[in-house]
Amino acid sequence: MGHEGDAQAASGATDRSEQPQMTSGVAAVGLHGVTKVFGEDVVAVNSMDLDIRDGEFFSLLGPSGCGKTTTLRIIAGLEYPTEGSVQIFGEEMGLRAPNKRPVNTVFQSYALFPHMNVEDNVSFGLRMKKVDEAEVQRRTGEAIELVRLSGMEKRRPNALSGGQQQRVALARALVNQPKVLLLDEPLGALDLKLRQTMQLELKDIQHEVGISFVYVTHDQEEALTMSDRIGVMNEGNLVQMGTSEDIYEAPVDLFVAGFVGDMVFVPGEIAEAGVVRLGGGETVQARTSSASGTTVTLAVRPEKLHLYGERSEAPPGRNAVSGRVARKIFYGEALYYEIDSGASGNFDVRVENVPSARRWDVGDDVVVDFHPEAALAFEE
Amino acid sequence: MTMIDERPDELPETANPELERRAERRESWRGFLHAVPAYVYLIFFFVLPLGIVFVFSFASRGRTGRPNLEGWNVDGWTRLTDPLVSTIVGRSLFVAVVNTALCLIIGYAFAYWIATRPKQSTRTLLLILVLIPFWSNFLVRTYAWRMLLDSDGYITQLGELTGLWGRTLFTLPAVFLGLLYGYLPFMVLPLYAAIERIDWSLVEAGRDLYASGTRAFLKITLPLSRPGIIAGSILVFIPSLGAYVTPDILGGAKTTLLGNFIVTQFGAARNWPFGSALSGAILIVMLLATILYFRSGARTV
Amino acid sequence: MTLHEGAATGRRLDRVLSINGWFIFAFLYLPILVVIVFSFSGAQNVGIWGGFSLRWYERMFGNGPLLHSLQNTLWIALFSTIISTVLGTAAALALDRYRRWVGKGAFDAILYMPVIIPDVTMAVMLLLWFTQIGLPLGRGSILLAHIAFNISFVAIVVRARLANMDPAVEEAASDLYATRWQTFRRVTLPLIMPGVLGGALLALTLSLDDVVITSFVQGPGATTLPVHVFGLIRRSVTPEINAVSTLMVTASMVLVFASLAIQRRE
Repeated sequence: MGHEGDAQAASGATDRSEQPQMTSGVAAVGLHGVTKVFGEDVVAVNSMDLDIRDGEFFSLLGPSGCGKTTTLRIIAGLEYPTEGSVQIFGEEMGLRAPNKRPVNTVFQSYALFPHMNVEDNVSFGLRMKKVDEAEVQRRTGEAIELVRLSGMEKRRPNALSGGQQQRVALARALVNQPKVLLLDEPLGALDLKLRQTMQLELKDIQHEVGISFVYVTHDQEEALTMSDRIGVMNEGNLVQMGTSEDIYEAPVDLFVAGFVGDMVFVPGEIAEAGVVRLGGGETVQARTSSASGTTVTLAVRPEKLHLYGERSEAPPGRNAVSGRVARKIFYGEALYYEIDSGASGNFDVRVENVPSARRWDVGDDVVVDFHPEAALAFEE
Repeated sequence: MTMIDERPDELPETANPELERRAERRESWRGFLHAVPAYVYLIFFFVLPLGIVFVFSFASRGRTGRPNLEGWNVDGWTRLTDPLVSTIVGRSLFVAVVNTALCLIIGYAFAYWIATRPKQSTRTLLLILVLIPFWSNFLVRTYAWRMLLDSDGYITQLGELTGLWGRTLFTLPAVFLGLLYGYLPFMVLPLYAAIERIDWSLVEAGRDLYASGTRAFLKITLPLSRPGIIAGSILVFIPSLGAYVTPDILGGAKTTLLGNFIVTQFGAARNWPFGSALSGAILIVMLLATILYFRSGARTV
Repeated sequence: MTLHEGAATGRRLDRVLSINGWFIFAFLYLPILVVIVFSFSGAQNVGIWGGFSLRWYERMFGNGPLLHSLQNTLWIALFSTIISTVLGTAAALALDRYRRWVGKGAFDAILYMPVIIPDVTMAVMLLLWFTQIGLPLGRGSILLAHIAFNISFVAIVVRARLANMDPAVEEAASDLYATRWQTFRRVTLPLIMPGVLGGALLALTLSLDDVVITSFVQGPGATTLPVHVFGLIRRSVTPEINAVSTLMVTASMVLVFASLAIQRRE
């Protein structure tokens, strides 16, 4: 499992986005050895190397405090790195203030100017650059239309809903035709349904405009659905970079495996190459290159687990672990069965709620079956 | 963002350690420049004058009436132990403390009442009503009491009618009245700000816990309003200590307070060194109170 | 929830507090009202109503020295307000918007002191200092003194307003190509303007109100209205003072309502 590159395990996942166009081969945003230390010893970003391609929707994903917002602010020029350099399309940013950089930011709190109406907010950047009036009017109108807020030009921010404010912030940034757009958890304050709608809208807008979006979020589902590529961060480090499939199917360590999506974790030990012995003595095959004797954690996605009544029912050549149904949870679109395998651990199995799916009850003896390719093993 | 990690052992070639430092220095310089005009002004017209008071307190009373700065004369300071001075200082401290206490008790009930009015518009209106006399001229307000307490003033007439009191002008109670009147808003406003912010759910929890409204008040509401109490008390105590106009208009010879006493040293008594020593003493008290305030962490301003 | 949302002070306690509250309002207002009423009284004696009359106002408007002191008062108030507002606003920005700079801690403390120092002490300080540096006492010395105490008050008010402002707004302006000056002029200043005006109003009021400090640092021939009135009060109590007082109170009220009107505009 490498840091970058196409995932070998990726199997026919529908690729909704076109491949990002590489205009000149130069990265839209390049970070080299960027480190940020606050105070004496608080390392917010640790020696980060990152290349973001032109035209791609790139997400920085990680838990609170992992340094993703700091990284974004360093690109924007709102913070200066303690070490390292930032380049935009090959141009070194150095000591340049934010107002001298060809990037714009959508802030988490939107930071709309409360004393100006929508129109003035959106046209602010253009006026600062002394663009001539006719063009200001034209571009402002286009930007407001792009975010579907036509008719709201004269309203003040406090007369707008959260979703509308967010769109004004977006228009205000995009109208300046920046080379890269930076977004700091822009959908955090919205409710679920609105957030989902906005996610799709943002994606469409990014396609239409064609520039790179650098999107910071802690919501892994959001990152997975929207991004061309994702950079997962933890404690100031860039832990893994790849497409949604890469990250999901081939997480590089325990942290990424647990952070993105649901995962079943079970302790074990490497018996021989590619084989893990579980606590109860059973052996399973997994994708791992760790040496014999190493303590590992076996990881499988719940949807890749299947339940059968007996071993004979399960397809041959795959992993099988016996257990008993300890709990059954109904989630609406699926059922989760918690299988207690004694010393081998607990397996959460996700079964799609379709008529053909077999139902189980608490106390049933079952066999948990999964393909060797679906199992990963991580060292500590 | 608090996370711990090791720093990289070697810096990559593109590392630029100067960047952050230069940016920080730029910011720091800008901040300093913004403050410079006010800084210079205050050093020249406040800090240095502070020092001068102590310098003059060691001067001698010149023959021509002008203070003589040669040599060190501790007359001013030793006179502080004079029984007359101690009487005046004692009286002033007494007045300041009692006034602060009165303002606190009356002001607290008042501020609490305003803070517990349910409608924001009511509270705003009441605050405006408090502000109006507060913003009208201090002199006028003190003068008003002079009028009322005079021989044919209404308060005196009322007192004579009920037989409870006679002319109260030029007595200590008159000064108390004037000081309470003048400084009550200074106590009410910070108290209101602090009380208004209290989370009522804490008080309710306290009510459940202590099963008594009084105890809940003492154990919860009161401590939570402490920042307001401290701020208001300092805003009342220190000016009360150096009050001049009020005791001058409403008090008399028998009620000389520190403020009047100091002013006399620069007027009729022509004893600048002594006046400086007295002022220096007040400054020391003030500095101590400031340190206490900053230490108590009650900085809400 | 805050106190007023939840507080159900018991019936009885609430009544007591309300009665107390209204008593205090009476206490605060009656004296002023008496002064105003009696400014229209024709009687020489301040305690007795002598029929409606405007004679004291006429006397006042014909009083040369009084009008001259009013002129001085206004001149000093105007300039001390303008200068201290500019200096105080800059000081507030320095303290709130810039994290670290040389001498910041000391500046914070120095700024706080003029607020709590007793008038008398400040008066003494400045008189001694002006004497020491040989500054002639007159209108100018009064102006310098007023600025000295006003800067702190303006800074406090503006700082409170700055603290309530989302600093991200200034970052957004910078992100949108505004220079520091443009950010200040187009974003920061409009947003703190109520605070700046509030501070200016406070400075104006304090300058108009000041008695002790002015009386110490004034020179011969240049006095202010409050000091002049103070002198009148000490000498003898005449109804003319009522008229002057009423005008001063009215001016204050106009200022209060002006400041409130400004606060509303946000």
